Amino acid sequence: MGRYFAIRIGRAALTIVLVVTFAFVVLRLSGDPALMILGPEAPPEVIAAFRKAWGLDDPIWFQYLGYFSAIAKGELGRSMRDGRPAIELVLERIPATLALTLPAFAFKVALGIPAGIYAALHRGSAIDRAVMMTAVAGFTVPSFVLALLLVLVFAVQLGWLPSGGQESWRHAILPIATLGLGGAAVLARFTRSAMLEVLGQPYIRTASAKGVPWRKVVTSHALPNAAIPTVTILGFMVGTLIAGAVVVESVFAWPGVGRLLVVAVANRDLAVVQCILLLVALTMVTSNLVVDFLYGFLDPRLRAKGAHA
Amino acid sequence: MTPLVSIRDLSVAFSDAPVLRGIDLTLQKGEALGLVGESGSGKSVTWLAALGLLPRHAKVSGSVRLDGREILGAPASELDQVRGGRVAMIFQDPASALNPVLSIRRQLCEALALHRDLSGEAVKAEARRLLDLVGIPDAARRLSAYPHEFSGGQVQRIMIAMALAGNPDLLIADEPTTALDATIQAQILELLSSVRREMSMAMVLISHDLGVVAENCDRVAVMYAGRIVEQAPANQLFADPVHPYAQGLIGALPPLDGPRRRLTAIPGTVPDPASMPSGCAFAPRCALSAESCSTAVPTLAPIADDRTVACIRAEASRRAVFGIAAE
Repeated sequence: MGRYFAIRIGRAALTIVLVVTFAFVVLRLSGDPALMILGPEAPPEVIAAFRKAWGLDDPIWFQYLGYFSAIAKGELGRSMRDGRPAIELVLERIPATLALTLPAFAFKVALGIPAGIYAALHRGSAIDRAVMMTAVAGFTVPSFVLALLLVLVFAVQLGWLPSGGQESWRHAILPIATLGLGGAAVLARFTRSAMLEVLGQPYIRTASAKGVPWRKVVTSHALPNAAIPTVTILGFMVGTLIAGAVVVESVFAWPGVGRLLVVAVANRDLAVVQCILLLVALTMVTSNLVVDFLYGFLDPRLRAKGAHA
Repeated sequence: MTPLVSIRDLSVAFSDAPVLRGIDLTLQKGEALGLVGESGSGKSVTWLAALGLLPRHAKVSGSVRLDGREILGAPASELDQVRGGRVAMIFQDPASALNPVLSIRRQLCEALALHRDLSGEAVKAEARRLLDLVGIPDAARRLSAYPHEFSGGQVQRIMIAMALAGNPDLLIADEPTTALDATIQAQILELLSSVRREMSMAMVLISHDLGVVAENCDRVAVMYAGRIVEQAPANQLFADPVHPYAQGLIGALPPLDGPRRRLTAIPGTVPDPASMPSGCAFAPRCALSAESCSTAVPTLAPIADDRTVACIRAEASRRAVFGIAAE
């Protein structure tokens, strides 16, 4: 078991290094931050001074090494726009983002999983078909379309809810609904197919053949097995809690991490972008580790493999 | 005496394709019945249907009586008492028949809790006793293990232990040794017949292996395309099969002694359930078929004490076996 996790933690660290490297390379290659921030009309000596101050004249490998050693020391750089530490800028946006993503996550789980289980247990029924049609619609419609649709109906036509901003809890309803509906659809489909797969297994017939009432066959024989694939997708959803709302935050003018990212990318504010990416990579990797741990808990076969690996 | 199980005109169709077409079968208490036939002949479906274990879209009709009480279409709560309590079932592929994420203790104790008035320590003690009975060494420790930690033969032993948990009157063994290798096969069959004797339990042994059935059963029913075509005491059936299909099955077995002879195969394949030939389903493959064979479905008729056969050419078929001398 110990080695199982040592390997996984090593892989997680490697993933983070790769993400940071990728972000570094792509951002450095995609435009000159000095020109983006100061504008093309800025005098050449100002640009030169800016480049010198931020180390942009150093060879790229030198910048890369410097960046990594700074991260190792816990320094994530300063925003090129206002000189504040990047990490501060990002951290102050996190509560706003979580105010959307956490309720949305709860909504996805509370709606998606029961809908998927119900659909699987009543396969082919009218309700199954309705759930699946909604689910397909839910995850083929892009979130900005769904967001605009909700705005059109509830803000413009009915005038029940505000279309953007962060002044009250009512402003959070439409963004949460946008995030939650799409996620619930994905989760419902996933849970349904996991359940159907499990319900077709011979051990389900064995349980019925020994006289276990159907309700108990579902709860104590089918669900624990169907939980294994479902945990994978839940882990992925937890991983997107920090930066999974980029589009929705932009549409609803919600001042969260996602919107900060969009602005920072547009301005080539390297330190902020890198800081956000690092944070996203960390949450993704952590949630994956938690999922791996849960697999071991849910599936004795993996537990055994871990012990011998 | 009321038979233990009496099945009358049991029919099953999957999306309008009939797979069972009127099964009549009687089983006495303590009897061992062999059910043989090719894959798809309806051997397993008969018992899955009887116990209400088929998927909901299967259309089931007819009557299945257990001790004279109708169980076909009985309410779920009543069926749950029958399943595992009166009639237990073990399946072909032991590896996938146990729940991979639940411990053996959990699965065994579940069956005990459902059908026996046991609780607490008594359940665990009984679980240990059952594992001992089916020959799992170190039962106390092995109870906390999971199915993947056992070999195929051991898992089948655990399945048998679980089937015995409810003290059933009938054990249905659906190809219990098909997935196991030959030496393990013999051990499992030995175990089945010893527990059967000990618990004076009836058994239905479903198999396509005639040898297995010949050794372990009192009586044999041969199935073809969703019908029983011949029923006879085991020794009589193997010595003197009457239905041309039963003859074909037995003729395809190599004899252990006597001169070497060419094994005869049955020509053709089993008809598709969706497009059954009219009349006798075996007629297109039968060397003895006459014109009348394709007009009416032959019914199962007695030809001797406790022997029945469904073939209008039974007499001709018998003569063919005994040679021209009989004429």
